[in-house]
Amino acid sequence: MSDVSVRRPEVADGVGTSVLRPDGIPKVTGTFEFLGDQHAAGMLWGATRRAEVAHARLRHVDVTPALAMAGVHAVLTLDDVPGHRYQGQKTTDEPVLAEEEIRRCGEAIAVVAADDPETARRAAQAIVVELEELEPLTDLEEALARGELFRHVRVRRGDPDARGEVVVEDTYAIATQDPAALGTEAGLAVPDGNGGLDLWGPTQWTHVDLPQLAACLALDPTQVRVHPARLGGAFGSREDLSMQTHLGMLALRTGRPVKMVYDRTESFVGHVKRHGALMHYRHEADRDGRLVRVEARLLLDSGPYELTSAAVVANSTYFALGPYRCERVEVDGYALKTNNPLSGAMRGFGANQPCFAAETQMDRLAAALGVDPLELRLRNAIGPGDHLATTGQRIEHPLPVAEVIRSVAAIPLPDPLPGPDVDPRRLPGGTGRTSPPGALVRGVGYAVGLKNLQFSEGFDDDAEARVELTPDGAVVHTAAIEVGQGLVTIVAQIARSTLGMSGVEVAFDHTGQIGSAGSTSASRQTQMAGGAVLRAAQAVRAAALERAGGDDLDDAGVWRDGQLVASLADLLADGPLDERVCFKHRPTDVPDADGQGDLHVDFCVAAHRAVVDVDPELGLVRVVEVAIAQDVGRVLNPLQLHGQIEGGIAQGLGHAIMEEVLVERGIIRNASFTDYLLPTCLDAPEVEAVLVEEPSPWGPYGAKGMAELPTMSATPAVVAAIRAATGQPLTRAPVRPEDIVRGAPA
Amino acid sequence: MIVSLTVNGEPRTAEVAGFESLLWVLRERLDLRGAKDACLQGECGSCSVVLDGDLVCSCLVLAADAEGAEVTTVEGLGDATSPHPVQSAFVAHGAAQCGYCTPGLVVALAHLRENRPDASPDDVREALAGNLCRCTGYGAILRAAAEVLGRGDPGAGPVGDPDGTRSQGDGEVTP
Repeated sequence: MSDVSVRRPEVADGVGTSVLRPDGIPKVTGTFEFLGDQHAAGMLWGATRRAEVAHARLRHVDVTPALAMAGVHAVLTLDDVPGHRYQGQKTTDEPVLAEEEIRRCGEAIAVVAADDPETARRAAQAIVVELEELEPLTDLEEALARGELFRHVRVRRGDPDARGEVVVEDTYAIATQDPAALGTEAGLAVPDGNGGLDLWGPTQWTHVDLPQLAACLALDPTQVRVHPARLGGAFGSREDLSMQTHLGMLALRTGRPVKMVYDRTESFVGHVKRHGALMHYRHEADRDGRLVRVEARLLLDSGPYELTSAAVVANSTYFALGPYRCERVEVDGYALKTNNPLSGAMRGFGANQPCFAAETQMDRLAAALGVDPLELRLRNAIGPGDHLATTGQRIEHPLPVAEVIRSVAAIPLPDPLPGPDVDPRRLPGGTGRTSPPGALVRGVGYAVGLKNLQFSEGFDDDAEARVELTPDGAVVHTAAIEVGQGLVTIVAQIARSTLGMSGVEVAFDHTGQIGSAGSTSASRQTQMAGGAVLRAAQAVRAAALERAGGDDLDDAGVWRDGQLVASLADLLADGPLDERVCFKHRPTDVPDADGQGDLHVDFCVAAHRAVVDVDPELGLVRVVEVAIAQDVGRVLNPLQLHGQIEGGIAQGLGHAIMEEVLVERGIIRNASFTDYLLPTCLDAPEVEAVLVEEPSPWGPYGAKGMAELPTMSATPAVVAAIRAATGQPLTRAPVRPEDIVRGAPA
Repeated sequence: MIVSLTVNGEPRTAEVAGFESLLWVLRERLDLRGAKDACLQGECGSCSVVLDGDLVCSCLVLAADAEGAEVTTVEGLGDATSPHPVQSAFVAHGAAQCGYCTPGLVVALAHLRENRPDASPDDVREALAGNLCRCTGYGAILRAAAEVLGRGDPGAGPVGDPDGTRSQGDGEVTP
């Protein structure tokens, strides 16, 4: 395998080029079949009856009025679950359908299958549900006091007596954020006639859904085929099961295909959110601005079921400081059990919340010391050879912390404040013309984000891929989920450059056809699915050269000394050329009692700079520009990478100034796009990006995962810019207009 | 009731219930599933179609009210062999990622191009502000719009030109 690892620059559409998405034309012409567009002959429609309060005792459920309705084929409750009654990725603690205690608003009580969706909806409402409402537990401090928690992650490192002279201390709050993927949850289950079924549902990891579904449906895993989903976005919200078990139950009971689609309001209770958090921080530094001691206490609101919260709070705890050295670190992170909406994975996975608090602390520490906030960060920046201040892990691989800070600061600032003739659509008040240009104040703020790549804490993580040669080219097989991020393009590019062939297509296989690719999350698939594809392609190329006795492979076939010696068809006449590889990254440690160990595979870092114009009288904000300098390893597809940066920044901007799930007594008060505000075209800032390329020693072609960082430190950077413009403390995100006008919330 | 309308130039009839929206009828009765259903309350624009010359959220139009109307959906703008310039620009600029908002945005931008070819960059932003996108951050969409309207959006930023990215390091790439 001497030359198989060498890049073949002559290959069209290989790594490093802005290859266009193969699913682009179907998506722009409306023919791409998303989950909710799927149909099956003889299909029924499902609907769900849900709890409308957050905590209750379920006294009685009478399904007879629903069953009596014409066109209704099944009405199922907990007693109809064929197998295990609980689901969950790690701890199976979420009841498939409500048991005696209802623990969250929106908990599914019963599911219905009917001839059409309107009948199903009416039947679900016709079910008689008798509840005895109980007091919901919604306060994080109270949950902690009562010991209602899924996990406490404790970090202690360094000299306990280390103390700094300059102290900043405060409490920060960040609201629950909804992932708000544009495609709501939708799915289809089709019985196979042999007692099993095929299932399409909103997922980011089919192979983690499979054992849960098989257990709940009392089927052998070979009887369930979980198909890759064509999702309208995910952002973490499809890591946990939503409707899949319900669809399976209804399809098995009726013997017919069943489809279900949540509307937006149901979607708000149908998927997990980014944890809202309450965070207390104390930073101590010496007079030279060196961090000496950081104490943090992080309370994350998980809702009533564990799902991924134990891993989320670990990330919050380990990345509680940001990319800085510190002599003494004491962090306690708690994933708390409440009756609030379910939280779980969302882009950044627990690292975003402390990033908001800790980066604000760094700005305030800089102010207390009288030094420039970037200079303070640079003085404390870690890099290769240093140890992570929380877990003590030595940074082995490239981590250009100082470089991203310097690079973002070097980007020229945008034009100054708009003059009187500016188009009002570029002002905070927009066409309402409430913000006279002369009254605006501009602010500039910075933040830096550090997080892990891949899964951590000893998780046995792998990805399988298969590369198959056909007479017409190569086919990459993977179970990795394409959520819109462009995996379909990236793995094909990796295969092209490795094989030496431009004719590469990607087949997304179901769980019966290929092994797990792991989750499309944790910024992992470019390196994990991509790593598996790289190795499978290397093996196929080597096998092809060996079979034909050649020294090169391209779309025509195998060559020797510049002569074609075997076409692809010739090669395959002697049997298939088909290699399957399971790729693993290096193992990681399980933390000790002080949270110490080599818990992470690798790290990535980015720095943001936000520029905002603020109307201080009305508390309105327009984000003018967000600049980012990001550690990306190597860029495999510049166009897609920029798309991930801009999209990630928009989500971080949303969490800074508008996105907030409002919850009262555990009930979401803004479960619609009318009331939960998302950034629009008019809110989109200019984006400037600098990509810092220091190749990963183990990522394919030097690539690192990159799609979470653009969101992470965007939020604190935007808030810092508003703080710089207004002088208000702004310890809460998103910033509400009253925080700007009146100051800090009580 | 039976509703008769013209969809993408073809006369169509559908049996509809009184409460059914134009979106529902397009998707479920006429097998045109390009228009999407992301909010069903007129906030996100994923269901955008052109109805008798007006850009509408088809989720807010009762199917019965479309009797006799002319409707253009994303499927009517172009197809894989002959895409509409807006569709081509969306692909070229990476403006479709997950793609769920895309049909609505394509219809909205094609409508804008048809009716206000002189739209300024700020006009474009306002015109598309009723179409939510959660993946792209709108930059690629605005660059696609700038291309089809023949002018640049200074707010769309230089990020759209990958060659303009300031990257560090040399160009050699190995696995």
